[in-house]
Amino acid sequence: MTVNVVVAVLIGGLFAGGVYLMLSRNLLRVLLGFMVIGHGANLLLLSSGVGGGAPIVGQDGTHADPIPQALILTSIVITLAVSCFLLAMIYRNYQLTRQSEVPDDPDDVAIEELRTGAGSE
Amino acid sequence: MIALLPLSVMMPLLGAGLALLLSRRPRAQRAVAISVLAVQLVLEVVMLVQIDADGPIVMHIGGWPAPLAITLVADRLAALMMVVSTLVTLAVLVYAVAQGHADGEATDAPISVFHPAFLIMAAGVSNAFVAGDLFNLYVSFEILLTASYVLLTLGGTMERIRSGAPYVVVALVSSIIFLSAIAMIYAATGTLNMADLAGRLADLPAGLAVVLQSMLLIAFGVKAAVWPMSAWLPDSYPTASAPVTAVFAGLLTKVGIYAIIRTQTLLFPGGFSTLLMIVGLATMLIGILGAVAQNEIKRLLSFTLVSHIGFLLFGVAIGTPQGLAATVFYVAHHILVQTALFLAAGLIEHITGTTKLDKLGALARTAPALAILFFIPAMNLGGVPPFSGFIGKVGLFEAGLATGGVTALVLVAGGALTSLLTLYAIVRVWGRAFWRPAPAREHDGMAGLPVGPSAAGERSDRERPAGRRRRRRLPQEIETRGDARSMPVGMVGATLAVVLAGLALTVAAGPIYGFADRAAQGLSNPSVYITAVLGAS
Repeated sequence: MTVNVVVAVLIGGLFAGGVYLMLSRNLLRVLLGFMVIGHGANLLLLSSGVGGGAPIVGQDGTHADPIPQALILTSIVITLAVSCFLLAMIYRNYQLTRQSEVPDDPDDVAIEELRTGAGSE
Repeated sequence: MIALLPLSVMMPLLGAGLALLLSRRPRAQRAVAISVLAVQLVLEVVMLVQIDADGPIVMHIGGWPAPLAITLVADRLAALMMVVSTLVTLAVLVYAVAQGHADGEATDAPISVFHPAFLIMAAGVSNAFVAGDLFNLYVSFEILLTASYVLLTLGGTMERIRSGAPYVVVALVSSIIFLSAIAMIYAATGTLNMADLAGRLADLPAGLAVVLQSMLLIAFGVKAAVWPMSAWLPDSYPTASAPVTAVFAGLLTKVGIYAIIRTQTLLFPGGFSTLLMIVGLATMLIGILGAVAQNEIKRLLSFTLVSHIGFLLFGVAIGTPQGLAATVFYVAHHILVQTALFLAAGLIEHITGTTKLDKLGALARTAPALAILFFIPAMNLGGVPPFSGFIGKVGLFEAGLATGGVTALVLVAGGALTSLLTLYAIVRVWGRAFWRPAPAREHDGMAGLPVGPSAAGERSDRERPAGRRRRRRLPQEIETRGDARSMPVGMVGATLAVVLAGLALTVAAGPIYGFADRAAQGLSNPSVYITAVLGAS
């Protein structure tokens, strides 16, 4: 099986960009990052099968592998559903806090206070 | 008999649809949800007995020949996991219904989403256990995770959204890693059927196999909350409502462990065992040290949950039939015990309005029934003989000693230390919440000051700042504490059922451990599974 370099570079770029976006605290950026990585993963799935052949109709000739396409379809649907949920969650977060960043965990803050409190003496 | 296999997935899914249709009629919705899970439990018990007698049940969906079709397989391990998980989901559902009733939430909008989401999660869990190919496993993970996002953020309060966001993002990342691993495995082998893969992965170059295996292990490790991928769990679980936390604690991490067991026995037998042992040790110790430091029951229990994932990993890493048998037994034990503890913690919260240890006290006197319900699974978790936790740990330690090697011996020692620390953490809860006299009541005007000689004496200096900061927003909680609200029969009954199931694991330890032994034989000799799926060749 040969791999198209353009596709490989594209997948790498999408993953890199997606990871960069997901590292943000801003939930909207995280959503965008997730969608970008999702596309990268879909492309990876697409390139995993032997492409370029005819669809499976009749008997003879080399055929394109239909399985990756079935997998991508499922994965796209899942990405869509999860993105919708994330959007709803981001909106709810915005309603409550008027910002799109994840607030600090109160328990983590408490631990941090303990630590700095102990360290200052 | 084959028809039972897809039914265990289809029934909760159809039930979820029906429950969604009935969202305006809470009474009918509850009836649908409970009866679906009850029937499913019966079917799965039948299936368990059948599989134990006749070997794995296999179904090829759509009637396609073996490696092409989407395959559903249930061997002994899968059947046992399904029975235990459905038992737990049913009990938690009854508990949730009773709680909703008691709290008068029946008219709230979110509660109408609760039952469908809960059933969809049950379907996802069942599907994960019977999935015969990797992609189907991925889909079932997504089903149960998406349902869990909804359950975790139910009601959309500030606190739940805050803790839900990291949970969702971490789960998404692990799903992406899993999906990429699937794409690469398909590119390397041309199949995703696990039985088919078992043969083909062995022929891959060693370097490639290591990459694929580590990607799968990382993806499943995040789901199972294995250190260092466990930080999300104690952060997100405690804020959810009590039944949701209980069912998550019982099931979701165990699905990850189940997938790790499959990876390590079927797909890549034996690889990475030393690494897994070290990671298992770190999971145990770091998890339990976190638990010891907690001052809130649900957070403390979440840390013990992480810690005991280490024991499961230990058995998988040993990889001998003996080790796997102990793991299978321990998984069943841990699902039941951890769920029971979270349900009991929910009851504590229901009665007193808080789960903070420095606010609780004298529960053994005010609520003796609850004390028993907490004490039994607590001792069970701590591994006190004669409970099943002790039996499972002894099995693991014996398997570790039989393997020999420095790592295994260190792991056995670490495991023993972890159980002692677990006992310490859990006895601390017992001593504070149940045994000591009730801390002096704090009144609104006094908030911010160290109050009551008994409470101040128990609290160490270093805990004070956090306590003081917290105390300001608690007057209404303090009002409810001590009034000892009565416990609804459904909540107590459901908790009791899970506690009794945990005890049954102790009383019937012989036959159940025998079953775990047979399941482990099947795991360490994957040819049975492979022949069942692909047919004799």
